Amino acid sequence: MTAAVFFGCTFIAFGPAVALFLFTIAREPLRVIFLIAGAFFWLVSLLLSSLVWFISVQISNKNSAAQQKGLLIFGVVLSVLLQETFRFAYYKLLKKANEGLLTLSQEETMPISIRQLAYVSGLGFGFMSGAFSVVNILADSVGPGTVGIHGDSQHYFLSSAFMTMAIILLHMFWGVVFFDACEKQRWWAVAAVVISHLVVSCTFQNPEYVASLVPTYIILFVMGVWAFYSAGGSLRNLKLCLTCKDKDFLLANHRPR
Amino acid sequence: MGQILGDQQETNVAPEPTEAPPEVTVNRARSRGGSGAGGGGGGGGGGGNGSGPEQNGQPPAARPARVVEAEEDEDEELTLKYGAKHVIMLFVPVTLCMVVVVATIKSVSFYTQNDGQRLHSSTESPQLHPERYATIMITVIIVMTLVLVLLYKYRCYKVIQGWLFLSSLLLLFFFSYIYLKEVFKTYNLAMDYFTLAIIIWNFGVVGMMCIHWKGPLRLQQAYLIMISALMALVFIKYLPEWTAWLILAVISVYDLLAVLCPKGPLRILVETAQERNEPIFPALIYSSTMVWLVNMADTDRPKRNSTEAASPQQEAPEAVASPAPSSLSQDDGGFSPSWVNQQQHQLGPLQSTEQTRREIQEMPSARPPVEDDDEERGVKLGLGDFIFYSMLVGKASATASGDWNTTLACFVAILIGLCLTLLLLAIFKKALPALPISIFFGLVFYFATDNLPLRPA
Repeated sequence: MTAAVFFGCTFIAFGPAVALFLFTIAREPLRVIFLIAGAFFWLVSLLLSSLVWFISVQISNKNSAAQQKGLLIFGVVLSVLLQETFRFAYYKLLKKANEGLLTLSQEETMPISIRQLAYVSGLGFGFMSGAFSVVNILADSVGPGTVGIHGDSQHYFLSSAFMTMAIILLHMFWGVVFFDACEKQRWWAVAAVVISHLVVSCTFQNPEYVASLVPTYIILFVMGVWAFYSAGGSLRNLKLCLTCKDKDFLLANHRPR
Repeated sequence: MGQILGDQQETNVAPEPTEAPPEVTVNRARSRGGSGAGGGGGGGGGGGNGSGPEQNGQPPAARPARVVEAEEDEDEELTLKYGAKHVIMLFVPVTLCMVVVVATIKSVSFYTQNDGQRLHSSTESPQLHPERYATIMITVIIVMTLVLVLLYKYRCYKVIQGWLFLSSLLLLFFFSYIYLKEVFKTYNLAMDYFTLAIIIWNFGVVGMMCIHWKGPLRLQQAYLIMISALMALVFIKYLPEWTAWLILAVISVYDLLAVLCPKGPLRILVETAQERNEPIFPALIYSSTMVWLVNMADTDRPKRNSTEAASPQQEAPEAVASPAPSSLSQDDGGFSPSWVNQQQHQLGPLQSTEQTRREIQEMPSARPPVEDDDEERGVKLGLGDFIFYSMLVGKASATASGDWNTTLACFVAILIGLCLTLLLLAIFKKALPALPISIFFGLVFYFATDNLPLRPA
């Protein structure tokens, strides 16, 4: 419970996401705006789902523990479904906006492609989701106290931070795969995204936090590879990129080999 | 052209620690939304504040004749691209202001203490009648706005300037002194009064200069952000809870009415400023660029040079002839006089003469002319917007049970509201109130996030 824990957990949770933001998004104002709009959409979806859950809790039997647990699971499922619905709604909105722009402007190319939008909006969802998961925990970690003094896991902060990092990256991958699937009308892919989101969320129910990290990271890895391929990557691309021989990229960025 | 987002600014005189009734001085000014990327004649009217300085240097560049629709389409595209840049230019200062306020609220407990310095009499609790205190404050604000508009209309500029001067004086010296004192108390730092006096004196004087006269752009922006944050902190401290929310809601509605209704005071102010082709007081507006100084430096030179182009004509032949005698020196590096003369005969004068230099300088400079370049046009936002946004977020972080979640939610809501407002500005191209959408979203998200237990999945 020191500054070290605070900074360590903050950087674990937000490090990759902030790095992605700084290197790829911060310089383009349009991307920043769409990122924040994505965060807003996620927030609205959360609001709605919590409203529904709140109402259902009020009208339910407060004394029955089983019912409360059932309601909790129902709340989680509902939240996931609403988040994905809002992702779809955001996709529709972006498509419309892009089409409108294209018909208005003289140029043939849009200022921002749908793939970039998928990446940016996924990251926006991820930022907000991660922030809501972990910020209060981080704020508490600065103050005095002992973790797990009543017998709970001692690694609560650390596992929360890792889980948050996984969630942020997952949202980004889900965004890319989701938008790509919607573009190509592959509904099974959309269903796969929703199901994997459900699986990840339901592992939260496990009080033994560390154990739920393993399936999450497996799903993270799988989704990452899937997103990479659906965004147009391939082993050949990867090799060219890593050995700095990708001519198109170099030309676009004016960097000497 | 400078796109200006309407809004207000208020400077409040904090109540004395005694029981004296609060003296509230409120300044307001609203500024018009300039026309979009469409320079010249298009859409929402020419002249006006932002465009004046940009056009006094160079005459508007002659555009090739174009079909009107094509120009509008390109304007739309340009509007989007540069609109995005303008949005970010406003996001950053608004975010900074909010960060300063939230950081202060979280660390310095002074601003969240209820230590008896209130705006109400000691017998009545404001929790019972928040609407009463809100009404009083709103009435004061409305009266002050009307007074300001009347003063402006009847050209009592000295009064307004004196008023603004006094209120920024108060903010920069008195409030920042209190702020510094409380920060020192929180972190248990000791400082003697002499050092403190020197620091406050320098801070205040430089601030006054930057805000009311001239100064580096970044410094001016920093000072404006700081005084907005200080003002928001004062509001947060001295307004009891429900009063603050009521005031925010009513102010947004008032803002909407005052800017959009034909007889609204702020609209009158903006239109009067437009008619007289004057900028609205710089002390009340945050602007992201400062263009006029650069323009004047740029355009002087061609004019000056063109008048002198005629005189060095006779000097030119002499200048050309001069290399010949100079090459009589011993060390001519192999360039014997005959060789030099031969080169000059074949290729023309090798040395640059006064005249050739002037000719080059008269050619259009490589820098794009300012009024064609959208990136040079800044966006302006009234300080009152900064103050109320920060007040909302600060209040959310001070009193919310959901703590950081609520603060984050309000923050994102306000930014999205600002983005939407700027989008509307780009579409409608006239003065728009910046408060209503953002405050509405902010309030909705505050109450929702605070009262509904949110569990992210």
